[in-house]
Amino acid sequence: MATTPAPERPPAGDTVSLPLRAAGSAEGRPRRRPPTLVRHLGVAVLFAVLLMLASAKLSAYRDYQLAELAAFVVAVAGLTVLIGLSGQISIGNGAFMAVGGYTGALLFLHLQWPLVAIVLAATAAAAVSGAVFGFAAARLRGPYLAGATLMLAVALPSLATRFQSVFGGDQGLGFYVNVPGFLGVNFSLSEWQAWFNCGIALIALVLLANLIRSRVGRNWRALRDDEVAASLSGLNVARLQVVAFVVSAACAGAGGVLLAVVDGTVSASVFALGLSIQLLTAAVLGGLGTLTGAVWGSALLVLVPTYLENVAQSHGMTQGTSSSVPIVAYGVVLIAVMLLFPSGIQGGLLRLIALGRRRPARNQQEKGSS
Amino acid sequence: MVEFLEFTLEGLSAGMIYAAIALSLVLIWRGTRVLNYAQGALAMFTSYIALEVIDRTGSYWLGFVVAIAAGLVIGAVVERTVIRPVANKPPLNAVIVTIGLLIGVEGLAGVLFTSNNRSFPPAFSITGLSIGSVALGITRNDIFTAVAVLAAAGLIAVVFQYTSVGLRLRATAFNARVARLLGVRVGRMLTLGWALAGLLGALAGMLVTPSTFLNPNSMDGIFVLGFTAAVIGGLESPVGAVAGGLILGVVLSYAAGYLGGEVVNLFGLAALMLVLMLRPSGLFSAAPARRV
Repeated sequence: MATTPAPERPPAGDTVSLPLRAAGSAEGRPRRRPPTLVRHLGVAVLFAVLLMLASAKLSAYRDYQLAELAAFVVAVAGLTVLIGLSGQISIGNGAFMAVGGYTGALLFLHLQWPLVAIVLAATAAAAVSGAVFGFAAARLRGPYLAGATLMLAVALPSLATRFQSVFGGDQGLGFYVNVPGFLGVNFSLSEWQAWFNCGIALIALVLLANLIRSRVGRNWRALRDDEVAASLSGLNVARLQVVAFVVSAACAGAGGVLLAVVDGTVSASVFALGLSIQLLTAAVLGGLGTLTGAVWGSALLVLVPTYLENVAQSHGMTQGTSSSVPIVAYGVVLIAVMLLFPSGIQGGLLRLIALGRRRPARNQQEKGSS
Repeated sequence: MVEFLEFTLEGLSAGMIYAAIALSLVLIWRGTRVLNYAQGALAMFTSYIALEVIDRTGSYWLGFVVAIAAGLVIGAVVERTVIRPVANKPPLNAVIVTIGLLIGVEGLAGVLFTSNNRSFPPAFSITGLSIGSVALGITRNDIFTAVAVLAAAGLIAVVFQYTSVGLRLRATAFNARVARLLGVRVGRMLTLGWALAGLLGALAGMLVTPSTFLNPNSMDGIFVLGFTAAVIGGLESPVGAVAGGLILGVVLSYAAGYLGGEVVNLFGLAALMLVLMLRPSGLFSAAPARRV
């Protein structure tokens, strides 16, 4: 009964992109666009070529960062779809990354499956765990869902310390991939890791992009904007929510196994609560609900900390305190973004583009009078 | 049997801490509809302030008072500076702001005090009490913890129930718009709610830190369990928060005692999911009416 924040207002994610798209069609310029799948595949192939060229030029450390970035992009993209499109929140997607990472490492160590099969299996395992959790949590809303996912993020990694013989405890499990033979002996490992991870990330992004434009994506948006209206129009709310959880968990699982490929090891400390919070941070900073935003957010996540730490150390801070500087910066940036640009980097860029085209910026700020 | 008694008392004493955190979350939730994910981090920060005061002056109680006062002030400042701008925005914005605050405060503590573990003095002796030859598994400090939390909760209950400020606080939580029409300074009430929550958080930090070490992340695990306790109790209900804290404390104490310490968080998750599957809005809140 209190002043509940109006739930009918759409979340920040799409408020900028939607009016733009609407403006395009309203001006009566029906453009013939190629089919969605073709368009997405075209963009993906373009990026694949660019990344292949880039990874050869980059240093081994940059290749490593590229591979790490790709792993985060997959996980963050899944989370941004869950929050920005289906309107559910998860502070626990790091737990699903752990499921993916450990599944991958176990298959790698005991069954020596090929890497692609391992990634598929890890994704499937995370999807199943997402389905189980999604079913259990389908009735939860808002803060209760947040609480349940938070506890999941804290509890699941402790399995690894409980069953030391299986999961290797704090030391973790090794996951040392090799460069496949057909690339020759001189091919660098980090470049191969970058190729592999970027390839998987591009595939995941194409799949997600199509899903967003499909009926499922539209139904999610309906659900997010008004659950009651969506349910009255015949949508199965609970099933859509579980599907959203499964998709986001699968992405997190794939991200987890890719991260393991980069790190060469899987251990409980990697998948601590901080990881889940980083995923959320990246999704929000990039701009919720947009896949491009997921890329921006992940890039910040991977590149900024080392940069800031170096800056702090060059200003005479010791090792012990300088490692905290990026953390402070993250916190400040998160608050500032939420107060000043709630639609994140991608929203801000779209607004800049809109300004560049000299279109009147309509409805961009939520100035609803309540 | 003796073991059972020991685990129960231990659980109740730990549950008091979860109850204090849960109560502070409920205070904030009822007033501003915000879940403060930074509650644990703020408590960690006030504990650092207390430790600095204790180290400089040698007086535990001066540090205690300073920490409580700092909690009060920080809670109010946080509400005024970063929470109020997102008050009428989508709920997710407030979630992100408090998570930003959590990260920022933990980072700031790392910069100011380094990330090393520091030990924290207890208020009273931490040698175990016993009746005759039977060890009870609790200490004088545990008893102080229980008394302090119950006293604080009782004080807040009295303020809410029997004073004019309390009536205004309740009116604000019940319906801010109507309260404002009736002349309640709603903004001040929200700030006061956050300040009281900050006080409770600081108290919880002072009470729990002697049994852990103090470092920038030392309150994370305790906050998560306090949050879980609040969700189990139902976020609307202060009584539920205390009950949720005690239930969780006892369940986790049995799990740790009989099955080993690693499974504690798994049992926390299991207890939470069990309660939420039966009652999706917690034990002590009425079924929510959905607004169309």
